[in-house]
Amino acid sequence: MNRCTAIMFVRLPCVPFTRFAKCLLVLMLVVARPSPADERIWAPIAKDGLRDPNGPAVKVLQQPADALTPLSPDTAGNQVRWVRALKEGQINPRASLRQPLVSEKYDKDVLLNLNGGMPVVRFPHSIHNEWLDCSNCHDHLFKKQRGASKISMFLILQGEQCGVCHGAVAFPLTECARCHSVKRTDAMAELEREEAAKALPSAAPLSPPAPTNERAPSPKKEGKGK
Amino acid sequence: MTRQRHPLVLVMAAILLEMFVIFAAPPALAEYADVVLNRVAEAAGMRPVIFPHWFHRIRFRCKVCHAELGFKMRAGANQIKMTDIIDGRFCGACHDGETAWSVENCDLCHSGKAGLPPGIFGGHETLGPGRW
Ligand code: HEC
Ligand code: HEC
Ligand code: HEC
Ligand code: HEC
Ligand code: HEC
Ligand code: HEC
Repeated sequence: MNRCTAIMFVRLPCVPFTRFAKCLLVLMLVVARPSPADERIWAPIAKDGLRDPNGPAVKVLQQPADALTPLSPDTAGNQVRWVRALKEGQINPRASLRQPLVSEKYDKDVLLNLNGGMPVVRFPHSIHNEWLDCSNCHDHLFKKQRGASKISMFLILQGEQCGVCHGAVAFPLTECARCHSVKRTDAMAELEREEAAKALPSAAPLSPPAPTNERAPSPKKEGKGK
Repeated sequence: MTRQRHPLVLVMAAILLEMFVIFAAPPALAEYADVVLNRVAEAAGMRPVIFPHWFHRIRFRCKVCHAELGFKMRAGANQIKMTDIIDGRFCGACHDGETAWSVENCDLCHSGKAGLPPGIFGGHETLGPGRW
């Protein structure tokens, strides 16, 4: 709805009836939109720039809007928050075709980027292992030991490491705060609690993880890299 | 000079401008994560193949294709031949008339415009890894 505000802010000196005209336009806009909550638009198959618009497929293939509109909304990528769509049962993708892959369960979060200027990155194994197999990442992308792989934002932006998937198929790299989600002080406290729990394994109650604050620190370096 | 312009002209110009902002069609762009496979298809006289990730990930988790079936996670890295597919490998593991419709529907896979380079495409905000 920010277009409406923009229209109302357009100033035209010494022209009569502009406010009336602008109000009319805003009204048209509000009426023309199907629902103000959902402004997601997907290009139709015939106009996606890839399909041959004269080929027979464009009449048969499913339109992205038909399949994706009912799913949890997002502002980037497919405009679907796939993690929520899966968790809330809106989709139920199969985990195997013939024989299920046997791999151990592993749900630990890994905190990365402990020394940088950006907020700390929480890498959630639980979310990734819902979709992926260990062998998609270990050990050709990351070693199975915290801090053993030299991860860098530069390589990520080049399409390596996290960038193999993020920026290609999983949510794109424009969503800085979705990875850089933990305040440094909270992350340090969480790691200290973990250390303490290791020191006296019997007593330690399960400590809650540090809060993630997705919206908060607004990234100043949007569009870093090339 | 500018001061004396007829107000109606300005009103019309403003309305046209605002109409453009409001009703401009969304740019024609591939859906995020669509892959073009065109190592050999066009040279062999078929349209390039378009693989839509969004459609398949509603039905299958990544690991089905990228671990169980062995698709490498690099556009263009899989050397797929039509004979492999007919023999039940790659796309043919599912497009066999049981899990999904069979290979006879050539045009549903071979649906791309002529001259598309192989690679991953995507409309929303990024153009794929390393491309901004
Ligand atoms: C893991 C199984 C699987 C694999 C592998 C697979 N597909 Fe599919 N595909 C499906 C299913 C299931 C459908 C839906 C079929 C239906 O609706 O009957 C489908 C549908 C499609 C569609 C039609 C989408 C639409 O809009 O209706 C296209 C195009 C397609 N696949 C292309 C490919 C290509 C190209 C490959 C190989 C690179 C491939 N698929 C590999 C399972 C698979
Ligand atoms: C897919 C997850 C992901 C996304 C999205 C992401 N980053 Fe990062 N970023 C990382 C990881 C992981 C590191 C850790 C490097 C390390 O361990 O030293 C990192 C490191 C960095 C660093 C260097 C260390 C520091 O804090 O100074 C900067 C700067 C940075 N990111 C900026 C950004 C910006 C700006 C964006 C948004 C455009 C962004 N990142 C989006 C995962 C991500
Ligand atoms: C999406 C990629 C990805 C997948 C899939 C994945 N991991 Fe990891 N794993 C990572 C990253 C990133 C790290 C941190 C590496 C670092 O800090 O250098 C890590 C670290 C680890 C560690 C060390 C943690 C620590 O605190 O030292 C173990 C153990 C591990 N993974 C096991 C697994 C297992 C078991 C699976 C499969 C069930 C799995 N991982 C799946 C990316 C992944
Ligand atoms: C092999 C592919 C792959 C790699 C590598 C990978 N991810 Fe992911 N990641 C996914 C997928 C798939 C999802 C599910 C959400 C989606 O598709 O947008 C996801 C989701 C996430 C989420 C949760 C997003 C949400 O919506 O809540 C975070 C955070 C994340 N990844 C961070 C990372 C970081 C940090 C790294 C690198 C250390 C990384 N990922 C590497 C595939 C990957
Ligand atoms: C499930 C999707 C799918 C269907 C259905 C399909 N193809 Fe293909 N085809 C592919 C893929 C993927 C390639 C490899 C494309 C590349 O890398 O250039 C390919 C390649 C080809 C090639 C290139 C040369 C070769 O032998 O590999 C020819 C010719 C071809 N297909 C013909 C056909 C014909 C004819 C049909 C219908 C009977 C058909 N295809 C149906 C996916 C499909
Ligand atoms: C139905 C099978 C299928 C499923 C499910 C699937 N993919 Fe893919 N994926 C492919 C095919 C086919 C390619 C293209 C390979 C080629 O061009 O040789 C590909 C390519 C990729 C690439 C390489 C893109 C690049 O930048 O080069 C990445 C990354 C990827 N997939 C990630 C994922 C993730 C993450 C998921 C789960 C959310 C997923 N895929 C689900 C079949 C699948």
